[in-house]
Amino acid sequence: MAQSRPRRFARPWTSAAGALAIAALSVPAPGAEGFSLGGYIEGHVAARLGDVTCPAGTACRLAASDLRARLKVEGSTAGGAAAFSGQFDLARDAVLATTTGKAREFYGDLVAEKAALRVGRQVITWGVGDLLFINDTFPKDWSAFFTGQPLEYLKLGSDAAKASLFPGPFNLELVVAEFRPDALPDRRRFVFDDPLPAGPSRLLVEPHSDPGGLEVSGKIYGYWDNWELAGYAARTHFRSPAYRFGATEIVGRYPRLHTYGASLGGSFGKSVLTLEAGYYDSREDRSGTDPSVENSQLRALVGYSRQLVEDTTLGVQLYAERMSDYGAYVAALPAGFPRKERLRTIATVRFTQLYRHQTVILNVFAFLGLSSSDRLIIPSVRYAVTDNFWVEAGANFFGGSGGGMFGALKDNDNLYVTLRYAF
Amino acid sequence: MIAILRGLTLLGVLWASTASNGAQVSEPTGEEIARRSLEAFYYAGNDMRARIAMKLVNPEGNARNRELTMLRLNLGRAGGDQRYYIYFHAPADVKGTTFMVWKYPAKEDDRWIFIPAVKAVRRIAADDKRSSFVGSDFTYEDVSGRDLDEETHALLRKEDFEGRPAYVLESRPKTPLDYVRRVSWIDRERWVPLKEEYYNARNELIRVFTAGSVKQAGKHWTVTARTMKNLQTGHRTEVAFQEVEYGVGLSQEVFTERYLRDPPRQWIK
Repeated sequence: MAQSRPRRFARPWTSAAGALAIAALSVPAPGAEGFSLGGYIEGHVAARLGDVTCPAGTACRLAASDLRARLKVEGSTAGGAAAFSGQFDLARDAVLATTTGKAREFYGDLVAEKAALRVGRQVITWGVGDLLFINDTFPKDWSAFFTGQPLEYLKLGSDAAKASLFPGPFNLELVVAEFRPDALPDRRRFVFDDPLPAGPSRLLVEPHSDPGGLEVSGKIYGYWDNWELAGYAARTHFRSPAYRFGATEIVGRYPRLHTYGASLGGSFGKSVLTLEAGYYDSREDRSGTDPSVENSQLRALVGYSRQLVEDTTLGVQLYAERMSDYGAYVAALPAGFPRKERLRTIATVRFTQLYRHQTVILNVFAFLGLSSSDRLIIPSVRYAVTDNFWVEAGANFFGGSGGGMFGALKDNDNLYVTLRYAF
Repeated sequence: MIAILRGLTLLGVLWASTASNGAQVSEPTGEEIARRSLEAFYYAGNDMRARIAMKLVNPEGNARNRELTMLRLNLGRAGGDQRYYIYFHAPADVKGTTFMVWKYPAKEDDRWIFIPAVKAVRRIAADDKRSSFVGSDFTYEDVSGRDLDEETHALLRKEDFEGRPAYVLESRPKTPLDYVRRVSWIDRERWVPLKEEYYNARNELIRVFTAGSVKQAGKHWTVTARTMKNLQTGHRTEVAFQEVEYGVGLSQEVFTERYLRDPPRQWIK
């Protein structure tokens, strides 16, 4: 298993200190107006389906088995000029045999009429895609997603300062964040063919030591009649590692990435239309000749959803990713490595039905790899037994060609159950 | 002398105007009653803030509870466009979820939801305005009003209803819906509905709205307790307006993505 180098210690503390400072400003006495405490207890189990031979070190029968306690604390001054919010998880992971305490979010807010500042660990979601992300380059946990964890765990918090300006017809958001990688499926829980040779040790180097390692993302957004328009730009990093072979080890780095894009969302009649596009400028391989680093790309999606009948919604999306400098990529690709497509296309389908006064939610989401002939189908049903207690059962069915992202995980079909008691 | 004459002339004018009014005293038309009721029930004040408790009760008597703050702004005249903003305080698992509707009487609404767990704003495909509002027995239209021109209205009679003078109004949708006839008892002085009965094409009573309590908030009469019962399923929803204020000074800015993501704390308490 690849190991991360210890994180640099300075920056996480500065954002946590900022959150604490604002929290100190905004904490009223417990029980006072503006202070609230809540949370939940949750159990989640995902069992592998099918007869799969797992390598040593991979949890075979259960891909996930956790018990989690979440505490959520919020407070604000009477007028709301200062506030804080914290969400803390204590989780026992029976698959990895670990017990960890983590702040999922912990931030402080300063709010004025035309501006706001949020400092600390925070989840940020941009863009209009449904489980397809173009201009949202913030960190994600695909491992949690593929084992059926509740959707919120797909998004990881960023240690960041976010400044917002609301001058009038449009709004601006500027986020300065510390790098955080995506949590990708790894061999502790997932069975897949590893493209890297097994021998040399592996090392992951996060870009904290890079003096320009901070990430800066900006968004401008507003309404044009009843349509939402947004423009985005980010100076960030790829969040999955690019591996290079060293003398004795394989080193994974997170190359520089700049993105530029825009999105549009609106409705006509009973339908909702979404459009999003972005250019991924791969700064460390602009010529496309380094096979270990992703080439620049153009990404775009179009989405359409509508109510079929009451409490029944269908949504479809088409997504395309076109590699720049494809000729250079093909020429530089070492012999024996699988060749990526120039144009990668994916369709998604979401079908949702609500029953019994919206206490039962039936949902099917499918990723269909059009160019790679693979798929991931996620059916689920959730029942709110009471106002405080819900149970969800669902499955992840991977399939199709092993050359695609979902097909490569075809030995990881799982059936999951989540129970949550909220207070 | 001149002063007295002027006084007499003034009296004469007053008398004449009273007499002409008296001559015109007649019952308002069904359309007028429906318009005054819409204004009083859905457009009172320029804006409104209400803290609402909603109880969904199934036929077995089991209840689900929702607590929410609703903000409403009229953009123009009564009967015109409106903005709605809803913040869920409870149940615990949906706390912080916000919901926004830009209502247009003559076309589909724009609706958005903010899901705090993933910090995402999503536009929702607006379905029929007759569909359920957050799983309750109230429809979107029951919450925000129905365009006057989509029904014809006829005054059936005047009668006292539970101690209040009322007009009994019959409204029929021009295009048949889940109901084909609605009979309303509308308070003749306060203009709020006291009861509504919905009948289907087979003339069966399918839904009943009742105003359990009507109170004055500022200068506006408000139905502070209301129930919608579905007689076909036996399910009912009870709504209590625990706090209600009008003319609080909401601006259009409150009804935008900024506040969908970060609720305006001065209004959401």
